[in-house]
Amino acid sequence: MMKSKADEEEYWNSSKYKAFTFDDEDDEFSRLKESKQAVNSIRRLVEEDDDEEDVEKISWSGEPVGSISWSVNETAASNQRTDREPAFPKINTDTSTTNKSLSGYSLSSLFKGKTKGGNFQQFTDSLTDSSLRLYAPELRKPKSEYKDYISDWSPEETVQRMQHGKAVSLEKFRSLQDKLLLLDFSVSANDGNVITAVLIYLKRTLSKEVLFRELQSRQTALRHLICYLRESRDHRLLQELFRALGRTEDEALLKYKEHLSIADENKRRDFLKSCLSLPFSPEDLALVQDHYTLLERQIIIEATDRQAERGGKLPTKTMPILNMSLITTLYYCCFYHYSEAENTFSSPLNVRHTFKISEKQFFVTALAARAELKEWSDVDALFTCRNWLGFTKKKSPLSFQRVVDVLQKNSAPTQVLQDYVALVDDAELRITLAQKHKCHDIVINTYRDLKDRQQLLGYRGKVEMGSAEERKIDELLTNQQIRWKN
Amino acid sequence: MAHSARRDCPELPDFSLLKTLARDHLIYLLEQLPGKKDLFIEPDLMSPLDRIANVSILKQHEVDKLYKVEYKPVISTSDQLCFLIRPRIQTVKWICDVANADKAAGKCRRYKIIFTPKKFYSCDAVLEEQGIIGDVTTDEWSFYLLPLDDDIISLELPEFFRDNFLAGDQRWVKTAGSALHLIHSLYGPFSKIYGIGRCSKMAYESWREQVAEGEQRAQKAEIGKVFLIDRDVDFVTPLCSQVVYEGLVDDIFRIKCGCVEFGPEVTSSDKSMKVMLNSQDKVFNEIRNEHFSNVFGFLSQKARNLQTAYDKRRGMDIKQMKTFVSEEFKGLKQEHRLLSLHIGASESIMKQKTKQDFQELLKTEHSLLEGFEIRESISFIEEHINRRVSMLESLRLLCLLSITENGLLPKDFRSLKTQFLQSYGVDHLLTFANLRQLGLLVEQQPGEMLTVMESKVGKLVNDKTAGKLTDAFSSLARKSHFRALSRKLNLVPRSDEEYDLRVPRDMAYIFSGAYVPLSCKLVEQVLDRDGWTGLEEVTKLLNGHEFAVTGNNGADSKAKGNAQRIVLVMFLGGCTFSEISALRFLGREKGFRFIVVTTAITNSSRILESLLDNHV
Repeated sequence: MMKSKADEEEYWNSSKYKAFTFDDEDDEFSRLKESKQAVNSIRRLVEEDDDEEDVEKISWSGEPVGSISWSVNETAASNQRTDREPAFPKINTDTSTTNKSLSGYSLSSLFKGKTKGGNFQQFTDSLTDSSLRLYAPELRKPKSEYKDYISDWSPEETVQRMQHGKAVSLEKFRSLQDKLLLLDFSVSANDGNVITAVLIYLKRTLSKEVLFRELQSRQTALRHLICYLRESRDHRLLQELFRALGRTEDEALLKYKEHLSIADENKRRDFLKSCLSLPFSPEDLALVQDHYTLLERQIIIEATDRQAERGGKLPTKTMPILNMSLITTLYYCCFYHYSEAENTFSSPLNVRHTFKISEKQFFVTALAARAELKEWSDVDALFTCRNWLGFTKKKSPLSFQRVVDVLQKNSAPTQVLQDYVALVDDAELRITLAQKHKCHDIVINTYRDLKDRQQLLGYRGKVEMGSAEERKIDELLTNQQIRWKN
Repeated sequence: MAHSARRDCPELPDFSLLKTLARDHLIYLLEQLPGKKDLFIEPDLMSPLDRIANVSILKQHEVDKLYKVEYKPVISTSDQLCFLIRPRIQTVKWICDVANADKAAGKCRRYKIIFTPKKFYSCDAVLEEQGIIGDVTTDEWSFYLLPLDDDIISLELPEFFRDNFLAGDQRWVKTAGSALHLIHSLYGPFSKIYGIGRCSKMAYESWREQVAEGEQRAQKAEIGKVFLIDRDVDFVTPLCSQVVYEGLVDDIFRIKCGCVEFGPEVTSSDKSMKVMLNSQDKVFNEIRNEHFSNVFGFLSQKARNLQTAYDKRRGMDIKQMKTFVSEEFKGLKQEHRLLSLHIGASESIMKQKTKQDFQELLKTEHSLLEGFEIRESISFIEEHINRRVSMLESLRLLCLLSITENGLLPKDFRSLKTQFLQSYGVDHLLTFANLRQLGLLVEQQPGEMLTVMESKVGKLVNDKTAGKLTDAFSSLARKSHFRALSRKLNLVPRSDEEYDLRVPRDMAYIFSGAYVPLSCKLVEQVLDRDGWTGLEEVTKLLNGHEFAVTGNNGADSKAKGNAQRIVLVMFLGGCTFSEISALRFLGREKGFRFIVVTTAITNSSRILESLLDNHV
């Protein structure tokens, strides 16, 4: 069932990584098929008691229950404290925009002085951590845990308690300075949950103007507020925030996004129209304009086609058009309105010109639509152009290899396919494609042109016995006038 | 299979304890709410929960009916409702709606929300705003880690990626720290921690604080070294097509929580089948790390062996037959079943990949990685978009182009963006905004040409440029210096050399010999050098944030041996199966065992889908 060992070796030795191919049906795929047959043929033997007991399944199967031996408290109690020294050094996680120390600072450089296998340096204190130290000389000591009846926690202690999920009251932080201190400590603790909690409090107790102003210089906190507003879907405030920060594009995009939740197409169109006054970048504005124009047109086409359907002028359509992309719309038009005059909204040419669709895009889409309908004469016409002498010739903005691919996916018959396979320039590629799509004539002719007698001989084994192709090969092989190269 | 593996790889610790702890804690929480109750489970928690508990355990603790959280009105008749959810505002809002609707209808029920792994303040704020604090009690299920296999542990937090890297929300940092802390308290103490990335640094700090505050039992270390890495240090690797078996299966069938559903086309029957994919599956275990081209050979060899084994029964007498049936038969039968599944899967992979000209796709990827024939690659991508082949594939190639080329030329960027939006919908303006924010798909700014040229000729950006780049970092977007990195670390082997995929010589085999995954290369280099010394230029190109620290018990544990060769690599933001395969390979080469801890298993589709914004 396997190819000979030598063959296999040769295949591997001659292959580099690029040579591995998933397309090579003759080889690996058939090996796989054979293995499958082999395995399937054994199936009979095991079928009698095929109770599937061995297959692991994911289900809520009944399994004996384990005892409830664990709780958070128990684990903590059974542990022994062994080490009071901080076991690991603190590192600088200050990632805000202050980067003055960044370039000269690298933790690895601290290791340079380390002797091999010898003592490791302790560098708990060897790091200068400017911004953090300024506010928080004792940030990491949980001393706050021992006094918990008064509520006069410092901002720092409050943040620590919040990190541990303990009850705190933020109401006493009333001055702006206290509030900001609280925010800055939460940011330097790197705990997003606490940062958000502080921001929720600040949002409630500060005017928007003040809050937004202070956040401008606090990017990490700002990002957390944006996230919070997004998650709680407070788009109005988010809009205002973006405006206050001068982030006009974010503001425009946020507004534009709302169209997604408008189901009614007419309302959606009107909304998109209103988006045209938003502060988009010029390029994006053009795209949003296209979006509006497209939906407007889709609504018209849909209405017209519905009416035509009812009047029996058009076959019932299965393809939707509303809210489809431009290219899908073009496809639709190529499918149902291919030969319409350019002055109608649904004419493919009109769509093409309105939206400045490139030649290649238009070509690919028209090709796919007409091929799907098996309108081979339309396909043919797409390629045909006349030169100044009046001769016709086939041209394509797409490689013919790709054309064959599109046609084949739409199950074009071999007669159609071979016209285009023949136009593939590269001889080797042509042969591969021709073999794949069983265009025997092309394979045979190409080998003849290459004067490759050996390949032709080999190919004789692949065509049907007694077929016209076989006869043609035989004729060629006996033809004395061809000077074979091998 | 012909791996020249070192035999002395140490044994891995047993992580099933993590499951037991999570299960017991859940039971404890359920018992806090005595009496019959209906349980509502967040959809993304269903599969993880499946690995930990099962229906009968829940039933034994008086869970009556199970529902999926679907944001619809509740039809339950129970007077106690329990919700097992992730801490998300929308879910809490829905629960508030449920409670308030009950109140309006005069229905009296008890509600309990179990947040996992933690409750967030923002959720509490919702409960307060909606006026149902008091009606609803809350709890936290400390379910941090799910072992997916002997050497893979997942936090099952796919949203970590978007929240942290796109939005810059640090709410999961502490979760990552706590996860690490849990491992440390069970399998530590660690002796050495390396890391790179902003989030890694913060997670390290969070972990360190928890260690300092908590208590560590005196125990024998089972894990010696830890390497933390942010996903945004290396976006190239997860964006490449996977060609190692397990990665391919994930790309095509989507492995969910260590389990895959094979459809009828694979099972060659009329029904689908869910299969666990892990080291317990003997057939899978042997092919999971193999390049796909080796898989056929292996499977046919296996099929032949199986045939021979079955054939043995011919000519047996009754007694021999009896022993055969009782001893070998069951094993053979199971192997047979697994074999036909994996053959079916391989066949299906082949079919799909042939259909979408995979060959050309790979060629384009390799060109991008090599920085070769870029114009051809661009027109391939353009055609891909024009033909509307697959939106995610188009996006993936665009991102790969942008990262490897350090941004697209303005002309190309505009043209490709327009064509993309025309093909797949203008809504994707929002997706493009996200990709730009993350630095995955950007336009080269005028004035950057110099940097690009520099990295092209392999010269390093000098300090001044690097400083300038960090300055521009008010957004989180990272600059990619892929070409320069690739040269420095020799990530793209010379293409004129033969690469025998059957006998891989380096980690590049996971990408057909075309590219050594940057993430894993960093792990290798840092372990080799025991730190970042000598990698200064590399870390500069990666925007810094590297660290290497030693515990004060580091010196004496150096001698302890085995544990020091067990290395935990934690990916913040997700890792791919290909990366896991590469690390397994590295481990075999160097006598290490790697344990991969990840916020979630990811791949190109998952990364990109999390950044799509063309939906409500």
